[in-house]
Amino acid sequence: MKYDTVIGLEVHAQLATRSKMFCGCATTFGAPPNSQTCAICQGMPGVLPVVNRRAVQFAVRAALALNLRVNAACRFARKHYYYPDMPKNFQISQYEEPLAEDGWLEIEIGGATRRIGIQRLHLEEDVGKLVHEGDFATAASSLVDYNRAGVPLMETVSRPDLRSPEEAATYLKAFRAVLVALGVCDGNMEEGSLRCDANISLRPRGAAQLGTKVEIKNVNSFRNVQRALEYEVGRQAAALEAGERIVQETRLFDADRGTTHSMRSKEYAHDYRYFPEPDLVPLQMDPAWVESARAALPELPRAQKQRFVTEYGLPDYDAAILTESPERAKYYEDAVAVHRNPKAISNWIMTDLLREIDDRGETLVTRNVPPGNLAELVTFIDNGTISGKIAKDVFAEMVQTGLTCDAVVRQKGWVQESDPARLEALVDQAIAGNPKAVADFKGGKTAAAKALVGQVMRASGGKANPAMVDRLVQEKLSRI
Amino acid sequence: MISRQDVEHVARLARLALTDAELERMREQLNGILTYIDKLRALDTAGVEPTSHAVPLVNVMREDDNRPSLPQGEALANAPDRSGEFFRVPRIIED
Amino acid sequence: MRTIHELTAAFAKGETSPVAATEAYLARIGSLDARVGAYLTVTSEQALAAARASEARYRAKAPRGPLDGAPIALKDVFCTRGVRTTCGSKILEGFVPPYDATMVERLKAAGAVILGKTNMDEFAMGSSTEHSAFQLTRNPWDLSRVPGGSSGGSAAAVAGGLAAGSFGTDTGGSVRQPAAFCGIVGLKPTYGRISRYGLVAFASSLDHVAPFAFDVTDTALLLGAVAGHDPLDATSVDVAVPDYVAGLGAGVTGLTVGVPDEYFGSGLDPEIERAVRAAIDVLRELGAGVERVSLPTTEYGVATYYLVAPAEASSNLARYDGVKYGLRVPGGKDLIEMVSRTRAAGFGAEVKRRIMLGTYALSAGYYDAYYGQAQKVRTLVRRDFEAAFARVDVLAAPTTPSVAFRHGEKADPLAMYMNDVYTIPASMTGLPAISVPCGFNAAGLPIGLQLIGRTLDEATLLRVAHAYEQATPWHDRRPNVE
Repeated sequence: MKYDTVIGLEVHAQLATRSKMFCGCATTFGAPPNSQTCAICQGMPGVLPVVNRRAVQFAVRAALALNLRVNAACRFARKHYYYPDMPKNFQISQYEEPLAEDGWLEIEIGGATRRIGIQRLHLEEDVGKLVHEGDFATAASSLVDYNRAGVPLMETVSRPDLRSPEEAATYLKAFRAVLVALGVCDGNMEEGSLRCDANISLRPRGAAQLGTKVEIKNVNSFRNVQRALEYEVGRQAAALEAGERIVQETRLFDADRGTTHSMRSKEYAHDYRYFPEPDLVPLQMDPAWVESARAALPELPRAQKQRFVTEYGLPDYDAAILTESPERAKYYEDAVAVHRNPKAISNWIMTDLLREIDDRGETLVTRNVPPGNLAELVTFIDNGTISGKIAKDVFAEMVQTGLTCDAVVRQKGWVQESDPARLEALVDQAIAGNPKAVADFKGGKTAAAKALVGQVMRASGGKANPAMVDRLVQEKLSRI
Repeated sequence: MISRQDVEHVARLARLALTDAELERMREQLNGILTYIDKLRALDTAGVEPTSHAVPLVNVMREDDNRPSLPQGEALANAPDRSGEFFRVPRIIED
Repeated sequence: MRTIHELTAAFAKGETSPVAATEAYLARIGSLDARVGAYLTVTSEQALAAARASEARYRAKAPRGPLDGAPIALKDVFCTRGVRTTCGSKILEGFVPPYDATMVERLKAAGAVILGKTNMDEFAMGSSTEHSAFQLTRNPWDLSRVPGGSSGGSAAAVAGGLAAGSFGTDTGGSVRQPAAFCGIVGLKPTYGRISRYGLVAFASSLDHVAPFAFDVTDTALLLGAVAGHDPLDATSVDVAVPDYVAGLGAGVTGLTVGVPDEYFGSGLDPEIERAVRAAIDVLRELGAGVERVSLPTTEYGVATYYLVAPAEASSNLARYDGVKYGLRVPGGKDLIEMVSRTRAAGFGAEVKRRIMLGTYALSAGYYDAYYGQAQKVRTLVRRDFEAAFARVDVLAAPTTPSVAFRHGEKADPLAMYMNDVYTIPASMTGLPAISVPCGFNAAGLPIGLQLIGRTLDEATLLRVAHAYEQATPWHDRRPNVE
């Protein structure tokens, strides 16, 4: 392609507070419409906002983890536009004096590390939810639910440092991992806890000047960020090839069709009439407090990955996958804490567990197979209670039923046969019943021993300890 | 001086459907007031900090505790139009 | 009519009772308010229920304090749970708040009996109460004249003997000016002294809750009942509230009264100047020092105020859109049309004018020249006062340049705005200021003396006002509206 892609992401993260940004209403997802509102978040006459301290603490924590400079003072401002999901017809946000500025997040892409700049981070309140009666364009009316109005949001604006849709998705993943590790956002994208708008422009390869930028809204999963941007790269490149001009506009991503379409807004610049929120007073950040917050930051995903390599002796590849999400990393460490076989547990997570997760969703699988249960499974293999082969079936059963490894093995009678006397009897039978294999072996075909082992395994219903069977077959054959 | 076009733009921003006569009267009155207000430009305020509050306060925050929400019925009681558990508004056309 | 402190003392002695007093006020409202037009809503049943509860407390010898059983009125700008709240505007048609303003809660907790909600200029924008969407309020001293505004209903209620005390709001003078026009006391405390939670916002950085009363003692009682920190108002000040009544009577000896030159310039009615200078002489005779001071930025006050207040109002009033509460004009082709028609029909001319002015002042390209500049000028005004208060303890000046004018007399918006010239500076600086009666003109219309104090020093202000009041006969005069 003859074009460079330039992408910047604006991410809105819902902060994991108990109450809303400016009032005491709960923030629980999925409550009945308009059941989590009060006079304040409904913007009734006479009400006043008061800042949620924890929201500020969370934003400071995120700012520090993302290497931003926490401003000595910040202030809230009113941003005005009329829309019925916004009860006051202005949003309390931050404008000229945001909470933090000028940071970065490192991402790994194709084995290389890229540092993506973050321009600013600020606090604001969410708006309500609109439901259209029928299709948006033709709906006779729309319905409003203000439960979400006033929920605390943290907006971060990246610099236009991302160079491909894949980088954008990687940035978003890394960003989410940091917030979840900090405990400031649950990262649940299906429930809208993390929402993303993307700005994208193309410019001739090597050109210094940026092309006309298009904003894409409604891209609320990693996959959709990448899909929407890939579509947009193609669309813009084709338009440029055809000699068309790119229109600065806002486009909506249609996840079903995998395309973006113009929101066809009348193109007049918004006039938000920002001014300092007179009902709130400035926030001043005590430097000592900021430093103590910095000192209290938990381990972040990239440091964690490094530690997994050194502490558990894992390959880079394993460590990267295990630390992709804080939940996964914690799962891994919880399992290793029960049974210290880091590589085996890593293998199980990276193959069997993740495959099941792809099919069934993370929460279901990790609920049915908590880390202690996986550790038990690996313990059973390591101490010879079950064979590696049977273990696959045991695991599938654990996922299905939520039972422990021990319970599955008992229930199914899958305990490995390791009794030397009984195994010897089975081996003797196999040798007696397969003179040809014995002859082949004696004739130098060592592979013939494998056929005898297979015989024993079959005869035991797969439960025979394969290492012991192997050793017994070798011993017996050598004595013949 | 504020023009008729400015007045129309501001009325649109402020969501006020004004008649022609009202727009014209508004233009005259706003011009009168703005002319008077222009005396402020004469004041040298270079380097002067703005005053947003009479008594300067900082860091006024509340703890992250829940307070009871309004019961749903009360939350919707003042709605000029509603549909079940929702407030209802006429069709939205993007502007 | 008795003052609140006289009335509740009589309750305690059993000379009369809260129920009898409330019934008497309700009867008086029933017979006289058609003439005065002070009330928009009279809450008889709730008032009588509160009076009965109060009476039971007196009988049990456990009244809640000196406001228990006092019949008072509230400007219809304070949210009252279960009682319609209109702000004098059609746009709030049918709105019944699900909550009480903090000051309403505190008044109820003090045992006060709320008689009803009083008329006002729509959204507190005006100086005559003529901008109410509902009715005209008349000045009890001369029914052909305005009571002042925007809290005209609350002022007329007290002056006309239709409430023992009342509350209004003062954004640019909306309590001090009607107090002066109606011959009663009106106190605008320091910004942040009384919670604004539940006060329907006009201009957030300028709005103050403010009491009206017959005398300074009642004013001190009313202030004390509602003052103090409120966690629901981030701009409320977290400092202890002194016992204002106990501080009265200490006299003025040792205090210095400043007389600002700029408040006695052209445009001041000579009869008012004479009355105010005479009042300053009384303070001197009572033992106060008197000094001339200068507040050079006074002439910029009105211009500054008419940028800051409309800008904030244009924002605060954006929420009235026919979606969540209040008026909706149906039938538009889409949402924008519905909202624009609702606002056009729901707001009166003065409110629209200020929304337009404020929207313009905040819009792209004008912020720095208008709102930004105005907020800087506020700093200059504050510095003027700081310099003056380095030398004096209180400032004495007229409250208004003229006495109560006739209905319809000030049709030009700018002429109306100029009426606030002496009250606006204390609004913009948040300084406490009080208007006390200081005489009458030849036509028998009241004149107000304005005293302005240091930040959070309401106590000194009340002390000086009380000393003056006790030395003069003005507060004993009552108009006859019967």
